[in-house]
Amino acid sequence: MDVVITYAYAGMFYLAGLILLAGLAWKVSRFAFTPAPLKIPVTPAPVTWVGVPVRLGKEIIFFASLFKSNKWIWLFAALFHAALLLVLIRHLRYIIEPVPYWLTLAQPFGVYAGFAMLAGLAGLWARRFIVDRVRYITGVSDHLMLLLLVLIGFSGLMMKFVSRTDVIQVKAFFQGLIYFQIQPLPTDIPLLVHLSLVITLMIVFPFSKLLHAPGIVFMPSRYQVDNAREKRYIVRWVAKMMQQMDEKDDAAAQKAAEKA
Amino acid sequence: MAKPTFDTPEYREFPSPPAIEEGAMEHLETYIAKPEHQEALGWAGELEEGWEQRAVDKLGDLLGKNKALRVYLDSCVKCGACTDKCHYFIGTRDPKNMPVARQDLLRSVYRRYFTLSGKLFPDLVGAKDMNKEVLDDWYKYYHQCSECRRCSVFCPYGIDTAEITMAARDIMNHIGMGQKYTNEILGKVHKIGNNLGLPGPALMDTMEGLEEDVFDDDGVAVKFPVDMHGADVLLVTPSADFFAEPHVDGLIGYGKVFHQAGISWTVSSYASEAANFALFAGSTEQMHKVARRIRKVAQEFGVKRIIFGECGHAWRVAYSFLNTLAGPFDFLDPKYPVPQHILEFTHDLINRGALALDPSANDDKVVTFHDSCNVARASRMGTKPGGQFDIPRAVIRAVVNNYVDMDPETTHEKTFCCGGGGGLLTDDLLELRVKGALPRMEALHEVVQSHGVTHMAAICAICKTQFAKVLPYYGMQMDMITSVHHLVGDAIILGGKE
Ligand code: SF4
Ligand code: SF4
Repeated sequence: MDVVITYAYAGMFYLAGLILLAGLAWKVSRFAFTPAPLKIPVTPAPVTWVGVPVRLGKEIIFFASLFKSNKWIWLFAALFHAALLLVLIRHLRYIIEPVPYWLTLAQPFGVYAGFAMLAGLAGLWARRFIVDRVRYITGVSDHLMLLLLVLIGFSGLMMKFVSRTDVIQVKAFFQGLIYFQIQPLPTDIPLLVHLSLVITLMIVFPFSKLLHAPGIVFMPSRYQVDNAREKRYIVRWVAKMMQQMDEKDDAAAQKAAEKA
Repeated sequence: MAKPTFDTPEYREFPSPPAIEEGAMEHLETYIAKPEHQEALGWAGELEEGWEQRAVDKLGDLLGKNKALRVYLDSCVKCGACTDKCHYFIGTRDPKNMPVARQDLLRSVYRRYFTLSGKLFPDLVGAKDMNKEVLDDWYKYYHQCSECRRCSVFCPYGIDTAEITMAARDIMNHIGMGQKYTNEILGKVHKIGNNLGLPGPALMDTMEGLEEDVFDDDGVAVKFPVDMHGADVLLVTPSADFFAEPHVDGLIGYGKVFHQAGISWTVSSYASEAANFALFAGSTEQMHKVARRIRKVAQEFGVKRIIFGECGHAWRVAYSFLNTLAGPFDFLDPKYPVPQHILEFTHDLINRGALALDPSANDDKVVTFHDSCNVARASRMGTKPGGQFDIPRAVIRAVVNNYVDMDPETTHEKTFCCGGGGGLLTDDLLELRVKGALPRMEALHEVVQSHGVTHMAAICAICKTQFAKVLPYYGMQMDMITSVHHLVGDAIILGGKE
C-alpha cells in the first residue's frame, strides 16, 4: 500500500510539474510575443528604460499602486505575499542538502509566517463577504482559490504543531524526485492532504488568475518607456496595415482625380 | 436647459464609496449608428445572422494583435482595488460601472472561448456564451466608460479598463453595433476634415471674424490664417475652437501668442481637427486614416513644426500615436518635438521672456485647474515626467495672480474625468454625463466655498463643453469653465513687444 502511495504521489508531482512548466511557458510566451501596437504607458512614466525596473520593482516589492488605492487590501495582500515568500524559502530545506546556514536562520520566521499567511488570506476572504463591491465581483473560482490556499496553509501548520510527520523521510522523497530515484513517502494523512493540495495548485496555476504573477511584468501600461515623440515606435502588423490602407486610399484618390 | 428625467447626485459630505445599486444605469443606451455611417467606415451596417461567431473571431484577432488586451484579461485577481475609482461608478452606483466589473463583461466571453478553464467549467470562472444579452450589456456599459485610465493608476498591475473598452467597441463596430455619435463624426472627418463638418469657406469666414473681433477689442491686427502655405507652424486644434464659447477664446489666445512671438502659423481646412475620434472607437486603422491627413497637410504646406491646440484625447493620440501612425516626421525641423503642445510653446516663450504679460488683467478671477484625464495619464509635456501637470500650472501662474489647486486626490495622475470623454459627449448620454461629473464637481465646489474660486481652467475641448453643460446641474455657473489660453490671451499686452 505504502509503495502504491509513494508512486502515485511521485507520478502526480511529475505530471503537475510538467503541466505547470508547460502551461506557464505557453502563457508567458503569449504574453511576451503578442505585439503591443501602440505606446500606452500610463503617465507619468519613465522617459528612458532605466526607470522601468524601478517602476516595476516598486510594484512587485512594495505593491505601490495598491497602497495608493486601498490600505486594507494592501495590508492583507502584503501580509499574505510576504508570508508566502518566507514559507516558500523555509520549504527549501526539504530539497537542499546540506541545509545552508542562512536557511536555518529563516526557519523560525518561516514557521510563524504560516500563521501570518493565513491571517492575510482571512482578511482578503472576509472582504469578499463584507464589502458589497468586492462581493459583487467575486466568482466561485475566487472563493475556491482562497479555500485552496487556506487549506494548504492549514494542513501545513497541522503537520508542524499537531501531528508531526517524518521530515527526514519527506526530504528523501523530494530529493529522490529530483534525481529520478523514488524514495518512500510517509503516509500520514495531513502530509498527504497537504501534498495533494499543492499538486492541485500547481495544476491550476497556468489556467487561473495566478497568472498575475508573470503577468505583472508584461503590462504595457507599466513597462513601456514614455518616449513616443523621441523615438518612432512601430510593430509589424501596424506597419503592414498602414501600407495596405494607404495604397488603397491613394489608388481611390487617383481614380477620383482622373474622373474629375 | 431641458427638464431632466433624472436626479443630479447630491454632494457627498465625505467622498466615500457609495453602496452599489444593481441595474441603476441599465436603462441608458446611447443611439446606435445607422447602417450608412457604419458602412462608410468599412464595418457591418447592422447585426446580421452569425454575428456571435464574428464577434468571437474579432476578439481572437485582437488577442493576437494586442498584448495589453491579452495580459489584462488573464491577470486580474478581483482584488477590488479599482472598484471605487471610476467617476461613473461613484456617480451612478451601478456595479457594472466598477472598472473590474466592466472588464468582466468582456472577460467572461474571453474565458468561454479562449481559455481551458472557461471551456471546461464555465460556471466556476464566470464564463459566458456570446449572446444578445451579453452584447446588450457590452453596448450599454462600454458606452459608460470614458477611457480615462483612472482605474489603471490604482490597479496593482496597471490593468487599464480603457483598453478593454476600446477592444469591445472595436468588436461591436465590426459586427454592426457601433455608436451613432462617434461614427457619424468619424464620417465627417473623412469627408470634410473636422468633427463639426465645418467646410473650408465657413472656416475662413470664422477666422476672418476673429481677426475683426480682436481688432475691435485691442486695435491690433492679429492674423488667423487658414491654408497658408509656407507658414512655420501648422496648428491643429479641436474644431470646437472655431465654433463656440468658451473654446473660441482659447483660439484667440493662441493667435495672440503667435502674433507676439512673431511666428507665422496656419490652420488647415483639410486637417482642421485635432480630436481623433477613432481612439474612442478603438480602431487603430481609423486612427491612422484620420492622423494621415495631418501628415499630408504638413508636407504640402512645407511647415517646420506641428503644434496641437488644447484638447485631451487629441493630445494623447498626437503625443503617443502620431509618430507611429503618421510618422516619421523627418521633414520637419528637428529642433522641435513632433508634435508640440500649444502649452509647451507658450511656456517656452514665457520662460524666454518673449511675451509681455500683465497678470493683473485677470485679477477679477480666482482660478483653479482641471487636469484632463488623457493629458494627465496618457501623455506628457516638456522633457520631464509630470510636465503635463507642471507646464499648464506654470503658464496659468504667469498670467493669473490668484490660483488654487483642488483636492490632490482629484488632480494630477489621480484626476477625475470631466464625465464626457471617450465618445460620450452626446445628449443621449446626458444623465451619465451629469452623474459622472460628481467627483469633479465636489472638488470644485469645495474650492469655491473655501477659496472663492471663480473659474476652472481646462485644456480639452470635451472638458470645456461637458463642464459648460453640467455646471448648472450642480448649482454653478456655466461660464466658470475657461480655456487656459483665454487667460493667456487676456493677459497679453498686445503691442508690448513690438
Ligand atoms: S484593481 Fe486590477 S486586479 Fe484588482 S480587481 Fe481591479 S482590475 Fe482586477
Ligand atoms: S477608464 Fe475611466 S471611465 Fe473607464 S472604467 Fe476606468 S475609471 Fe471608469
